[in-house]
Amino acid sequence: MANTFAAIATATAGSGGLASIQFTSIPNTYTDLCIKLSARTTNAYFRDSVEIRFNSVNANLACTFIIGQTSTVSAGPASVVTVEVEGNTNNANLFSIGDIYIPSYRSSNYKNVSVTYGSPNTTSGSNAIGMTSGIWSDTSAITSIILTSASFMQYSTATLYGIKNT
Amino acid sequence: MSEILTAIEVNCTTGEVTERPLTSEEITQREATAAEFAIKEAERQAIAEAEAEAKASGLAKLLALGLTEAEANALIK
Repeated sequence: MANTFAAIATATAGSGGLASIQFTSIPNTYTDLCIKLSARTTNAYFRDSVEIRFNSVNANLACTFIIGQTSTVSAGPASVVTVEVEGNTNNANLFSIGDIYIPSYRSSNYKNVSVTYGSPNTTSGSNAIGMTSGIWSDTSAITSIILTSASFMQYSTATLYGIKNT
Repeated sequence: MSEILTAIEVNCTTGEVTERPLTSEEITQREATAAEFAIKEAERQAIAEAEAEAKASGLAKLLALGLTEAEANALIK
């Protein structure tokens, strides 16, 4: 099991916000990849989506997700893999926590991705949690990862980690 | 004035960071994702509202049967 995390790159939204965070030319020297996300968007929702894509390809993604929010649990299949984060209707200054894990990103097999996230909120009932298990049915090595949102709010941050055994 | 949508691109090999406007393809993709999310969010809110209404209605009926509020709440939790 890969056990050593090395921070490869970090991107942070400035005062103008950001629609997309893109990690490109990812080195092929690791076994797995992980992204730690702290994010909030400017959309007027309690919960908003950040979409994940690999190598700028918008195809061959499939996942199963489960989301709990207020007293409602929703689940199902989807053709996009997302991290659900705080929208701008939630209490100010609260950012969601997201964790994206991609094992064997250089493999010539299809790529798995797991996503977990939580959106803490001081208003009872507006917290959201969820997880997604996805697959990208593509045999190419992953060399870039794109995170797209309506607009990442200032201070939203994504850090890409490479993971290996040594 | 229209909003300028930007992307931050981090080259993980060189460390170079570039901030640039979204391409037209990226804008189209982003709009499609936003539209899909808005539909799903509306569906989720409708389900949550229907559940809340059903819960309130059920509670009222249990109270009308003579249960205390604590007893009724314990049953519908």
